[in-house]
Amino acid sequence: MRGVSKVFASLIMATLYFSPANAQQDLPAEAIQIGLSTDTIGIGADFSGADITIFGALTGADPLVQRQGRYDIIVVLEGPETPMILHRKNRVLGMWMNTDSQRFEQVPLSYIASSTRKIQDITDKKTFKQLSLGIEALAFESSRYQALRDTEFSEALKQLNRKSGRYSDESGSVEFISANLFRASLKLPANVPVGKHKARAFLFRNGAFIKENSTGLQIEKIGFEQQLVIFSQQHSALYGLGAITIAMLIGWLGRAIFRKD
Amino acid sequence: MEIYLPIAELSVNLFTLLAIGAAVGFLSGMFGVGGGFLITPLLILYNIPPAIAVGTGANQVIATSLSGTLVHIKRRTIDFKMGLLLLIGGIAGSTLGAITFAFLRKLGQLDLAISILYVVFLGMVGSLMLWESIAVLLANRIATQANLNPVRKPVQHNWIHKLPLKMRFSVSRLYISVIPVLSIGAFIGFLSAIMGVGGGFIMVPAMIYILKMPTNVVVGTSLFQIIFVSAYTTLIQATANNTVDVVLAVCLMVGGVAGAQYGASAGQKMRGEQLRALLALLVLAVGLRLAYGLFVTPDSVYTIGTLGAL
Repeated sequence: MRGVSKVFASLIMATLYFSPANAQQDLPAEAIQIGLSTDTIGIGADFSGADITIFGALTGADPLVQRQGRYDIIVVLEGPETPMILHRKNRVLGMWMNTDSQRFEQVPLSYIASSTRKIQDITDKKTFKQLSLGIEALAFESSRYQALRDTEFSEALKQLNRKSGRYSDESGSVEFISANLFRASLKLPANVPVGKHKARAFLFRNGAFIKENSTGLQIEKIGFEQQLVIFSQQHSALYGLGAITIAMLIGWLGRAIFRKD
Repeated sequence: MEIYLPIAELSVNLFTLLAIGAAVGFLSGMFGVGGGFLITPLLILYNIPPAIAVGTGANQVIATSLSGTLVHIKRRTIDFKMGLLLLIGGIAGSTLGAITFAFLRKLGQLDLAISILYVVFLGMVGSLMLWESIAVLLANRIATQANLNPVRKPVQHNWIHKLPLKMRFSVSRLYISVIPVLSIGAFIGFLSAIMGVGGGFIMVPAMIYILKMPTNVVVGTSLFQIIFVSAYTTLIQATANNTVDVVLAVCLMVGGVAGAQYGASAGQKMRGEQLRALLALLVLAVGLRLAYGLFVTPDSVYTIGTLGAL
């Protein structure tokens, strides 16, 4: 009950503050805030994907627009960016062989989007393109610009990433839990890349882009796994020797335990 | 139960890994091959990145081949002198192979080269062994029916036996030149570095058909030599490419060493030519599967390549 009355209170206050006449004269004063309960997510040995929830607040909303449900929010979790090379196969003597390749300079390793409605319905293509928002509108910078080729290759790259689960978008997974509070749930795939991710929230009113807000999220390997990766990179020879020793030990133990003669 | 592979950066099912390890370990013990030529394609089919499948495959082969070697040490069916000479050639060859591996990877042709090499060698070795072992099986059957002793082929002398630098191999009862031994070692070392295998599936037939070693010491000697070649490959892969995933390797090994012991005792109960016919069929099957992969239209003509590292 207390929660409900609180919502009412805020609604009334908002109505008082933004009377319709005011809203038409001024520029939209809406703002969007997002917060994560943690700024670091650790991936342990048993990580097989996870759902993370991002909470956000919409302030200064026009209650009329709000009642009509014409505020839309898109929340995106972008993975660390890296250069990437994409090979294309062609038939050579009946065999499929890599004959062509394209390098892209800044490609997010993962791109997980969620939205209040079907993402294409929120605004027009031009706006998505300007914001470089949504998997479709995402543009990768190539080493030598050739519009047609770039489109072909970047489309293919997006397709591959969608298939591996690193790129995804889910509509309806951003919900208003009260008039001003919303909750976005994002599905982290099992193969989510480690590194610095960026959570970004985009606010739209009647299909027009209003504001963006972002916050960082570090995804890292924790515990034994992380130690192992660091060790394998910094002391690769020792790591190799260790791998050999373990293998020999297991081979010998296997013989000792399972001997059949 | 899912388990996270830190180097491969993905989660996979633990029991699938144990099963792959056990199945390949069984075959490895039975036929005296390290099992890399099965592990590597199976891991790739299981969505492990090819480079990691190669590096980790080499690591796991150490365990299965050591475990198998211990059986043969007890049985005294290893020609250590032969094994060491093959190994010297093998180390030289696999160093050269690792350089070629890096070069092909840079060109983006590594996967294709690996597949073609597999198809060619598996096809050649498989057909040759199948042909020979069926011939012996048939000859033996005719001989038994006629109530005669099984046919024993006399040791045939070929041009290999005319080369200089001869050395005596008492366990193998051979007196041959070290030149073919070193060259076979080097050639197989080269191929195994590129293909990410110990090379047993080429080594075993090479010992039988080129060096004319007796079948009973072939398996043990091959396994003995494979321990060191795959250890060397593991070290190279770990230092140059960071492609050895110890967690993945341990899962495969645990299944593998258990399977290898059962495989070795199963192998003992079968006759040499039966064993060779079975291995030949297996080798041909893997070869055909890979040949199919070369010609069939892929799901996507696009693949994400590797950057940096090399």
